[in-house]
Amino acid sequence: MITDFFLGRYPFLFIALLLVIGVYGMMMKRNFLKKVIGMTIFQTAIYLFFIQGAKKTGASIPVYSVDLGSASDAYMNPLPHVLVLTAIVVGVAITGVAISLLLVIYRRFGTLDEARILEQMRESA
Amino acid sequence: MTSVYDSLFLHTVARAIVPIIQVFAFYIITHGHYSPGGGFQGGVMLAASIILLRISLGEESYGRFPRNAGIVLAGTGALCFAFLGFVPLFLGGSFMDYGLELFWLPSATAHYWGIFLAEVFIGLLVWGSLMAIYDALATGGEE
Amino acid sequence: MSHIPVLIPLSLLVSSLLALLAGLRSPGWGHKISLGGVSASFLFSLAGIRAVLRDGMPLRYALGNWPPPVGIEFVLDSLGAYMTGIITFIGVVVLVYAPRSLARETPGREVYTYPAMLLLLTGLTGISLTGDIFNLYVFLEIAAIAGYALLATGDRAAPVAAFRYLLIGSLGGGFYLLGVAFLYFSAGTLNMADLQARLPDLVENRAVISAAAFMIVGLGVKMALFPLHFWLPDAYTNAPSAAAGLIAPLMTKVAAFAIVRFFLDVFPPSFLTEALPLVSTVGWLSAGGILFGSVMAVAQKDYRRMLAYSSVGQIAYVGLGLGMANPVGMVGGLLHILNHALMKGCLFLIGGSIRYRTGITQIAEMRGLGRLMPWTMAAFVVAALAMIGIPPTAGFFSKWYLILGTLEAGNWWWFGVIILSSLLTAVYFFRTVEMIFREPEEGDPVARIGRKRGAGVTGVGPSPEVQLGLGGATEGEREAPLSMLLPILVMGAAILAAGLLNVAIVNGLLAGAVAHAGG
Repeated sequence: MITDFFLGRYPFLFIALLLVIGVYGMMMKRNFLKKVIGMTIFQTAIYLFFIQGAKKTGASIPVYSVDLGSASDAYMNPLPHVLVLTAIVVGVAITGVAISLLLVIYRRFGTLDEARILEQMRESA
Repeated sequence: MTSVYDSLFLHTVARAIVPIIQVFAFYIITHGHYSPGGGFQGGVMLAASIILLRISLGEESYGRFPRNAGIVLAGTGALCFAFLGFVPLFLGGSFMDYGLELFWLPSATAHYWGIFLAEVFIGLLVWGSLMAIYDALATGGEE
Repeated sequence: MSHIPVLIPLSLLVSSLLALLAGLRSPGWGHKISLGGVSASFLFSLAGIRAVLRDGMPLRYALGNWPPPVGIEFVLDSLGAYMTGIITFIGVVVLVYAPRSLARETPGREVYTYPAMLLLLTGLTGISLTGDIFNLYVFLEIAAIAGYALLATGDRAAPVAAFRYLLIGSLGGGFYLLGVAFLYFSAGTLNMADLQARLPDLVENRAVISAAAFMIVGLGVKMALFPLHFWLPDAYTNAPSAAAGLIAPLMTKVAAFAIVRFFLDVFPPSFLTEALPLVSTVGWLSAGGILFGSVMAVAQKDYRRMLAYSSVGQIAYVGLGLGMANPVGMVGGLLHILNHALMKGCLFLIGGSIRYRTGITQIAEMRGLGRLMPWTMAAFVVAALAMIGIPPTAGFFSKWYLILGTLEAGNWWWFGVIILSSLLTAVYFFRTVEMIFREPEEGDPVARIGRKRGAGVTGVGPSPEVQLGLGGATEGEREAPLSMLLPILVMGAAILAAGLLNVAIVNGLLAGAVAHAGG
């Protein structure tokens, strides 16, 4: 039964592991850039979850092919793929803004370390 | 990252490969509506080609793709896309109702061309946005 | 077929792009186009409100003419019309106010600030209008990213505050997206109306329960619900005043509206109380948030930080109204969205005016401002009275409905929380009002400005600009400039108008939306 649990669900367990790694990175790492990387891992895990849910047993990629015809069972669900595309674009925009903010922070504070930046902010406040 | 690589090999190969990448990117954009691909993917590849130029050629690439062209390209692409959505609105249908466009074309063909144009504009938009992001980051944001 | 539902966000989006392109050529045009775009959107929202009031049923708009469960649908119902009206009104007011304030606080950046403001408004109106849960995620992130960019152009610590907001905000967005995934894979649709039809059969489904939990946590982060509010104080304190005046009244409220939309129109009522105690959890966390916000606000010395903690408390009023699960309480919470948007917006804009004229941001330095800037301070008094909840200002009526809601729910703890927080609000506002209307003492910033003004008028002494070095007050000019004063006075008048017209607002727009909220 244990092997059934893992064999049947191993993609989801992997996705859950990635989620946890991403959130761990965002919370526990002191360097701001590492937090951004953690955020990227977290977002990637969510995309993987969408794609995993679109899978059907015995289905092919959602591109029309003449020999498979029009049966909807022959193709994977294309809607989550489209959702993931949009979510990736959103993720790119967020990462772009995040790294731009990091540049400004580095120019102003001289460091990307959370503890030292908070110290400098407290001193000047 | 305004480059310091003086390798002749790198400059030549980069200059030779960039057009090939751009043709491939255009292929991806135009085939987006019935096979894997589309505006966003093609736009990213177009941006990748120019970023390759920036990294390998440095100063010289600013002549080929000006520094502030990214934002203008992004804005123009987005505006064209928005106005493309408005055309069916003025002709009596819903917003972005490409199947209605242009009375003398059958609905499916009009839909096809509408989506195609949308993908091209999105490609320009994404190209401009990613170049703007790269230029802002590479120059350290001095403005 | 009316195109209003799609024109409200589109006019904002198109004018944002036009303002960006035009602004790169000449900054003055960027502002004019932005103002034109947001005014057009405001007129469309008014038309939308009129259409909804006249027809009594929501305006539905299928994008691309794809029929609803397949395609994305915009739904302009009474609640959506209410929200877009608030959003576009505040947008117009702040865009009239913004040029001088931005020129003083973030010179040279206006070219990019106006498009960012318009994109923020696009995202917010899109959230209010959409009928598709994934489309809500897209607009939520559009608004959020524009917000991060706007907040980062402020004081020295602004980028750090914006970065921390970005981290926790994208965590929240990611959780919401995970909830969308769970819901889609369980119910098979993304359309809200279709979900409402399909979910009652799926109440026992663990994926749906997890989806609800993820979504509420995700939206709760954006709403600054009590334990998830940590990004708010730093973000609002360090932002430029015009940006704070735009974001503070709107951002958290629209996220709260999204939660309301889910509670009322997507999830079945039995689900929200039996499967997971979501409604009561939101209520109790909000009660904690109200107390936390009010207590922390009393302890602040910086004017903007005080307003930020006050905002944490005030948004929790909306959550409290939601947690009561009876129509009266919900109406109170929803009405508080309008009232708090007007009050807090007015207060942040006043803070910007004070900073423009005198450079003051600490409350202790505000001694004597009443004499220097009489009209602005009059608006401040109106806003302060409204925050405390004195009739006939708007703030009284939403608190009144909330109190009636607690009485009907029989929850004496929440009743006490509302009373206590109103008293604490009175404490920190009266303290500020007293500071403002005292006589300035020697060495106060206001005294220095007053004296210089006097010297300049009689013609003796060095010129005021040379000796001042504090803000921008020049000889003879004490009150804020008209382009900044007029929006503040309009907001103050709107606070009084919203109070006097509250019955019309409730009956016309809100009562219908919460009518089926018995569960």
